[in-house]
Amino acid sequence: MTAEPTHTALAEGPRPKADGVAPLLEVDGLTVRFGRAEAVREVSLAIRPGETVAIVGESGSGKSVTGLSILGLIPFAGGEIAGGSLRFRTADGAFRDLTRLPEPEMRRIRGAEIAMIFQEPMTALNPVFTVGDQIAETILEHRGGSARAARAGALDLLKKVRLPDAEAMLDRYPHQLSGGMRQRVVIAMALSCQPRLLIADEPTTALDVTVQSQIVALIQELKEETGAAVIFITHDMGLVAETADDVVVLYEGRKVEEGPVSPVFSAPQHAYTRMLLDAVPRLGQCADDPLPSCRPVTIMEHGVARKVGDTRVQDTVVEGSPLLKVEGLTARFDVVHDVLGRATHRVHAVEAASFAIQPGETLALVGESGSGKSTVGKAIQQLVRPNSGEITFDGTRYSAMSARARRRLKRDVHSIFQDPLASLNPRRTVGDSIAEPIRIHGLIRGTDAIRSRVRELMDRVGLRPEHDGLYPHQFSGGQRQRLCIARALAAEARLIVADEAVSALDVSIQAQIVRLLMTLQAERQLSYLFISHDMAVVEEMAHRVAVMYLGQIVEIGPRQAVIGSPRHPYTQRLLASVPVPDPDRRVRRSSDVSEVPSAMRPVDSPPEPVRLVEVAPGHLVAKT
Amino acid sequence: MSEASLPLAPSEGRSTVRQLMTTPTSAVAIVILAVLVAFAVFAPWIAPFDPSKAAAGPRLGAPTAEHLFGTDLHGRDVFSRVVWGARYSLPVGLCTLLLGLLAGGALGVLLGYMGGRLDAVGARIVDVLLGFPAIVMAILVVSVLGVGLVKVVIAVAIADIPKFARVIRGATIVAKQNLFVDSAVAMGAGPARIMLLHVFPTILPTVILLGTLNLGGAILSTATLSFLGLGTQPPTPEWGTMLNDGRDYIRYAPWMMIAPGMALFLAIISVNLIGDRLSEIMDPRAKGRM
Amino acid sequence: MTYFVRRVVALIPILFLTWTAVFIVFELIPGDPVNLMLAGVPASEEVIANERARLGLDKPVLERYVTFLGRAAVGDLGESFRTRAPVTEMILAQVGPTLQLAAAGLLVGLTVGLFLGVLAGLRPNTWIDTACTFSALAGSSLPSFWTGMVLIYIFGSMLGWVPIVGTGLDALILPAIVTGLFIAGDFARLVRSSIIDASRQDYIRTARAKGLPPIKIIGKHALRNALIPPVTMLGIQLSNLMGGAVVTENVFARPGLGTMLVDAVLNKDMPLVQALVVYTTAAYLIINLLVDVVYGLIDPRIRHARAAGT
Repeated sequence: MTAEPTHTALAEGPRPKADGVAPLLEVDGLTVRFGRAEAVREVSLAIRPGETVAIVGESGSGKSVTGLSILGLIPFAGGEIAGGSLRFRTADGAFRDLTRLPEPEMRRIRGAEIAMIFQEPMTALNPVFTVGDQIAETILEHRGGSARAARAGALDLLKKVRLPDAEAMLDRYPHQLSGGMRQRVVIAMALSCQPRLLIADEPTTALDVTVQSQIVALIQELKEETGAAVIFITHDMGLVAETADDVVVLYEGRKVEEGPVSPVFSAPQHAYTRMLLDAVPRLGQCADDPLPSCRPVTIMEHGVARKVGDTRVQDTVVEGSPLLKVEGLTARFDVVHDVLGRATHRVHAVEAASFAIQPGETLALVGESGSGKSTVGKAIQQLVRPNSGEITFDGTRYSAMSARARRRLKRDVHSIFQDPLASLNPRRTVGDSIAEPIRIHGLIRGTDAIRSRVRELMDRVGLRPEHDGLYPHQFSGGQRQRLCIARALAAEARLIVADEAVSALDVSIQAQIVRLLMTLQAERQLSYLFISHDMAVVEEMAHRVAVMYLGQIVEIGPRQAVIGSPRHPYTQRLLASVPVPDPDRRVRRSSDVSEVPSAMRPVDSPPEPVRLVEVAPGHLVAKT
Repeated sequence: MSEASLPLAPSEGRSTVRQLMTTPTSAVAIVILAVLVAFAVFAPWIAPFDPSKAAAGPRLGAPTAEHLFGTDLHGRDVFSRVVWGARYSLPVGLCTLLLGLLAGGALGVLLGYMGGRLDAVGARIVDVLLGFPAIVMAILVVSVLGVGLVKVVIAVAIADIPKFARVIRGATIVAKQNLFVDSAVAMGAGPARIMLLHVFPTILPTVILLGTLNLGGAILSTATLSFLGLGTQPPTPEWGTMLNDGRDYIRYAPWMMIAPGMALFLAIISVNLIGDRLSEIMDPRAKGRM
Repeated sequence: MTYFVRRVVALIPILFLTWTAVFIVFELIPGDPVNLMLAGVPASEEVIANERARLGLDKPVLERYVTFLGRAAVGDLGESFRTRAPVTEMILAQVGPTLQLAAAGLLVGLTVGLFLGVLAGLRPNTWIDTACTFSALAGSSLPSFWTGMVLIYIFGSMLGWVPIVGTGLDALILPAIVTGLFIAGDFARLVRSSIIDASRQDYIRTARAKGLPPIKIIGKHALRNALIPPVTMLGIQLSNLMGGAVVTENVFARPGLGTMLVDAVLNKDMPLVQALVVYTTAAYLIINLLVDVVYGLIDPRIRHARAAGT
């Protein structure tokens, strides 16, 4: 490493820009308080016209609060700016400190000179006004003019964000659009007065990967077209690598690192940045290994990053008869009824899905929202009754099982959900929750024996045994997921259905949970049905991968084959959409709308069943 | 692993009772209610006269030092009657509420938990019944059962069933949709276990809140029926009945209706204030920000 | 439109169900109707038998049930035990004053309720909010018969500003206030929480980020959404209003359906009670249908879901 780092890992004033171009916005020593808690502490950064600065951090890092401060929205969120300045160069060329601007003047800047795109497109638009009205409103507010002109402006904007059938879109209501389309509307609204600074706060987190890549590409293209500067707030290092010129890393409200994107990724200075980059799963990094590997995880201790654990090949699959076999599983739900209450439309959630899982194997079920992947998990859990098809566990068909055997099956097959807090009863101690399967199935008798078993399990998943008397809300997200895993261990489950089990966690925590799951698999020969939309995590932990599209499995095979040489166009598109956390390998993506169609169909027209063809040993692909 | 040593989130704040006591309005309400309850419990010691003793003072006498709230048509001491009235009005309201809550709650839990066709039909009927003004419904039940104190309790309780059933049915359905209930089902827990350990504890706060918010209404409804002459019959010193007695003498002896009405109002508003504050404490979202 | 037709069609089984329930309940009432009708006046066996035949009481239960349903559908619900007049005519004669009272009460209730609710909802957790919330709570805690008596004493007896009895509009003022207060408190609290809830939504933050002035953020974006829950509750409010009318009519000795109902119950005039129930249900169902239609007009999500048939 050179003696002079190309970027700084210190919290100080805004970094002077070498080329002398005056910044558009200078944030200096910004401190924001909510009650007594400081959400942002002395953060400084600068952004020049036409530049993209990514603000990165995990939950609680203060990145969203920083965005809200620039727009002057902190007082409305119940906080206050306790120090620092926000020097913004307005359209007339004067520098104004936004923290001292009176509210009426701030209002003239909001939406006109600085605009914001929010995370949740589903709730960011007002449900009772049409899309056209909501865009035109901003134009009328800042530009004035006639309603007709504003409507024409709105139409132009909708075309600009590449929405198909923009004319008709004007009179639609938000609930009639998909999440991706709504986000385009929000973007159109933000761009309506040609802002000079655009703040995008996690604009794609709530969207599917393929839609995410379109939206990110769209923001990039529009930035180039309009010359606006963009502050991109995100937790996703992949998106940072793909979009940013400069990066600012926040950790617990402080800036810990700042610099141009390439050096930050190649030679991170601060321990936290190093840990963050280590934890990011990189698609394709294990393409050469036929089996997944349990990787060491980097953790922060007293401000120092430290690697924990060893690398171990996950050679756990036991060949022979499968633990679970699913054949022709079909689940449909009636959704629309006519006057007489007869079904006219139904959602074909799952259509003729077939796969098997060996003992000690992880099968990943990949797909986007509405693909039916969760319904498969629920059917295996006996939470959804399939319309047809057969599931076999350990050689016995579900349909042939006695009530007793079905109950026993609920012990063998256990679920871990995306939201661990919701899956733990808030009114029971975590010890009681972990002990629940033991009590239900009478696995251990005696209060003391159960208690010591629970403590042993808590210790096993990396929690303090003496915390068994606490309640779920007293734990962090990652700890709660550990509690759920401990509960699965308490049931002595043989198959764990993990439905987006790590999706809601920060990457650093996610890496730890993945490692824990893999360690437990090696230890106890557990099988996992790992339901996920995240290809990179799937590559890291799965032995085999099945891709679902509109309720059908379109590709299934060994991890290396499906991810390394995908054959189905949808799999290819899915993989191509994953952002690459390497700023030197940027790819140009398409911003055009191409969305997965609805799985809802009229009753008398079921979808065309796909036929799977073996293209390589164990690698099956739907014929197209 | 390092995460286990992270600081834990702070545990829940002050107790509900303390929060009630430290808010001025609900603290005052609790004091008023305590006084009225004391009236009910210690009526024989507090009331200076026998409530049904005629000619304790002059007929329709205005308030004096001896007769604080004046005297009625028969010369009975209004203050003593108001004090004794607490013995009728408060327990009658409470019994009505508990009875209605029990029946409505049972129906609501049944519909919400069972779901399906039973619920579809049941919920529809409950909705239609709900459209009936509760007081009209109570009057109708009285028309079937006949007039009297106990009958009024039953009538008002029945009239309140749809209201309670609807709220508790809703709460049960929401409770059932919790992921932790799904988890328990997936783990193999039986219906009884799910009901007892997961659903019931989840809806219990709603039930308590519902009860508190409707106690005032129950006191009011029973008093209304007595006022209409369908409930407690004279000469019982019940507040509603006393108001009915006083209505013909508004012009000549307004104190006959001022005192019992004020007692009734204070009882209802104090209960409502406590319920209102309680709902804010139990649902922090009710306190608006932004 | 299909939705409207479907809702009207759906009314039929509900009406049928309620009327069946009404029939069963009145069958279960102890005591022979004829004895109730004679109200203790001694009569010969023959007179009683004749009466029974005239009322159709000698027929089997099922036949009477079918007759009842048929007659309920065409609005012929028999005659009063006391006056021997057809009950439908008696009720029609009393509808006017009650509707008058209900409309005036609704006007007072909605005005006061909206005023307090909006004021409190726009300034949550300030002294304005506390004052409005307290007033609303006090309003719904007031026993309306007592409020009525106090108002009569102050404005009728002491000040003599308004007539206490009468049929003129000035005689409607006090009853309207009493009936209105009965619903104002609940309505105010609903409006308040609904406004607070709406102003906490993400789209309000979006509206702020667009640089809209507060008047448009609140007046347009928040209020339009905040209106939805109170409108859905309007049906319940109207039913509360009817309950309030019963008490108010009694206190002010006004003619009307409420007075009629209480008298009918006290006199055990069962055909009259039965007819009042049948008509009240029908009225309630129709009102709710109208409320539902209004609801769809305000909320496009509901409108589209209905059009799609989900």
